[in-house]
Amino acid sequence: MDVYVVLKLIWAGLLCVLLIGLGLMVGMDMGVGTLLRFVGRTDGERRTALNIIGPHWDGNQVWFILGGGAIFAAFPTLYATSFSVFYVVMILLLFSMILRPVAFEYRSKVEARLWRASWDWVFLISGFLPMFVYGAAFGNILQGVGYHFNWTGQYFQDGSFLAYLLNPFAILCGLMAVCLSVMQGGIMLMIRSENPIHDRARFYAIRAGIAAVVLFLVGGVWIRSISGFVLEQGDPGMAANPMQGQHVSMQVGGWLHNYAAHPILWLVPVLGVFSMLAGVALVRANRSHMAWWMGLGSWVGTIGTVAAAMFPFFMPSTTRPDQSLTIWNSSASQYGLACMLAVALIFVPIILCYTSWCYYVMRGKVRTADIIKDTHSY
Amino acid sequence: MDLINPTVVDLSRFQFALTALYHFMFVPLTLGLTFMLAAMETVYVVTGKQVYKDMTLFWGKLFGINFALGVATGLTMEFEFGTNWSMYSRFFGDMFGTPLAIEGLMAFFMESTFIGLMFFGWDRLSKPGHLAVTYLVALGSNLSALWILVANASMNMPNGAHFDPETLRMTFDSFVGVVFNPDAQAKFVHTSVAGYVAASLFVMGISAFYLLRKQHRDFAARSFRMAALFGIFSTVAVITLGDVLGRLDYEHQPTKIAAMEGLWHTSKPPYEPWIIAALPNDAKQESSFEIGVPFVLTPLITHSFSMPITGMIELEDAAAPRIASGITAVSALRRYEENHQAADLEEFRAHQDDMGYGLLASRHAPGQDVTAIAPEQLQSVIEQTKPDILPNVFVTFWSFRLMVFLGVFFFVLFAMASYLSLKNQLERNPLFLKLCMWSIPLPVLATEFGWITAEAGRQPWTVFDRLPTFMSASTHSVSYMLFSLAGFTVLYSIFIAVELYLMFKFARLGPEAHGPHEDADPAHLSVVAH
Repeated sequence: MDVYVVLKLIWAGLLCVLLIGLGLMVGMDMGVGTLLRFVGRTDGERRTALNIIGPHWDGNQVWFILGGGAIFAAFPTLYATSFSVFYVVMILLLFSMILRPVAFEYRSKVEARLWRASWDWVFLISGFLPMFVYGAAFGNILQGVGYHFNWTGQYFQDGSFLAYLLNPFAILCGLMAVCLSVMQGGIMLMIRSENPIHDRARFYAIRAGIAAVVLFLVGGVWIRSISGFVLEQGDPGMAANPMQGQHVSMQVGGWLHNYAAHPILWLVPVLGVFSMLAGVALVRANRSHMAWWMGLGSWVGTIGTVAAAMFPFFMPSTTRPDQSLTIWNSSASQYGLACMLAVALIFVPIILCYTSWCYYVMRGKVRTADIIKDTHSY
Repeated sequence: MDLINPTVVDLSRFQFALTALYHFMFVPLTLGLTFMLAAMETVYVVTGKQVYKDMTLFWGKLFGINFALGVATGLTMEFEFGTNWSMYSRFFGDMFGTPLAIEGLMAFFMESTFIGLMFFGWDRLSKPGHLAVTYLVALGSNLSALWILVANASMNMPNGAHFDPETLRMTFDSFVGVVFNPDAQAKFVHTSVAGYVAASLFVMGISAFYLLRKQHRDFAARSFRMAALFGIFSTVAVITLGDVLGRLDYEHQPTKIAAMEGLWHTSKPPYEPWIIAALPNDAKQESSFEIGVPFVLTPLITHSFSMPITGMIELEDAAAPRIASGITAVSALRRYEENHQAADLEEFRAHQDDMGYGLLASRHAPGQDVTAIAPEQLQSVIEQTKPDILPNVFVTFWSFRLMVFLGVFFFVLFAMASYLSLKNQLERNPLFLKLCMWSIPLPVLATEFGWITAEAGRQPWTVFDRLPTFMSASTHSVSYMLFSLAGFTVLYSIFIAVELYLMFKFARLGPEAHGPHEDADPAHLSVVAH
């Protein structure tokens, strides 16, 4: 195989890893944010919950930033087109995301009740909404998006954003992402809290996990009746230019073609369902550390299922299917991909090392009694 | 060629400027305070004096309030290229996205991961361990600035890339060329050190406030001295690197340097004056009320007494052949995209360096399509396009001047502050202390003017000489833009109000809350007794 094709494939794989990392790590913090008002009834309890992720949320959030940066660098056309086509949704996502760092830093700096109650609502919104949008975006791209390019490479949107925002399949995907994040947030709270937070977190984690399994299976059945996209013609080594070189057809159930051609792919959704069920069982058995790793399996299974169905599509176009963005036609140049790969190979292992070390340093239970005394904490 | 609605382009520019300037109110302080915190903590670890730990904790708290908004508003920047500048992002993604992604991998991850330990790890790490963490945060935030400025420099001076007619994008062909872009290196030092100036004045100004009130005197005097010394070195470095940048602009962005200096006509060395003040008129292409110092401009910009600096009128004339050649390039490219004939590609290649000027001409072409220009229209299109190569002179000229004047002011201020602090004469000069206090926002203002100079001076391009700004935006409707602008305005206004409230609250509260001092200072104790 041509080097360029290999690099495109590696970067598509790395993009999946980043999306999984984002779902797992950022989703976990956002799950805690969503659960904050429910697991903590007193101010001390809520501060405890916040301080459990307090030392880590900022580092975790970089998964999100890096996700944006990596798409920009490795698949610039995808970055440029998807962020613009989903403008209204992206801006809403952004507004809720930028509220979060501020909420962490400012909530406990003032004693007033109304102040803290307001920021607690901000945590709920900035936890729920971004994960919902994240999931809904997957729903939208599975259904295809209306856009086309002119000869200079400028994109044009066909149709209104409301069609994307308000459709049942996207809502289902959005809720699924929220459920996974609440489950992971609940598990993290269980690992590092004592009662009563521990048991409340357990209560929500179990329910979120079961809901996630149900939504995942419903989505799986639903996808059979959705118009999928099939790449009829297109050279993987093509120059990255969506304006030419591809022929794409739309077929109901088209997203299951890859599974039909390679039945081994069915292991991916099986992994997802198994991890979610095992996660629920482990949470019930109070084995929260093990359950955390099942959360990783759930995200790998979910994102992997979508990736296996859509390969090699990133974002299909309903109005001009031939201009659909694929791994082959939206990447950076070969040289650019190679440079980025070298940088990633050096730094990703280093990042994983020091991130683990930080969790190790901050390990152990966070106690409400200690938090109330400490004026430095969140 | 379906040009984007000019109102949408203007609104996109306005939104970008608003969010970037806002983001950059917090970044300079982050860049400088991290290193000052590391310096304070170093003294604490070496000497074991509690007052230095108090200093680290107290200034660290103010740092945290500022840092949160820096991170939050930085998210906007990461999104905005995609959400509002899709043509630019696609065209220039290799060159711009790569440094941005490396910034995440190398710098931002480090800064954000260790900042948690910096705030929460005091009891869990050894003294040297915590110090190392603080240094990693400082290193991370400054490396972050490096990569952002590498990205920015490639917009101003696209180095190590060529346009690929097969993909219609800039393809980058030298990683080294991008990273070691001379503009990037000078810009990085200039900008990050400007952040140190901002942090120095922040610490110095708040310390002056305590000295004026005779509160926390030992704490404030030590903080003041450290900040004054840090500030004077930083100011000298800012000015030196500013000079290097001016020289680079002279070589690579002649339109920017001419606009910055308000130079309508080519300079006459060595007499040419450096204009202190003037009223440049963009429409008439002349300035009124010029006041200048003779013999200064030529050595200042060119580092010689004989080299001329090309004026804006002459630059416009020199652009005419490039516009003609660019129109040929764009026409050939379009034919090539449609028919893939080798002859068209060959013609394009002969003119490809001027393609940007052909795109620039599209605004004045019939149907906004340069391929539709009839031979008899060519000359008039070129004449209409010529003035477009210049940035807004009034804005570029004045933002540059205000930045320079503030820089000179900081030099004097820090020199006096260092002198008075080393002579222990601060408390006898309450007026000077007040001046320090009131100057706290000025370095932020100066860095904002610097950003405006650099980016307004880059116009009409997003990628200098390659891609015009009016083609770079996303094809949104006006209502989309109004929606996002309204949201940003509301959110950012609330943020700044909350930030200022907390800053004032914690600055007034002072360092006491962090435990007793070892050294008994009578004035200090009387405050504690309250």
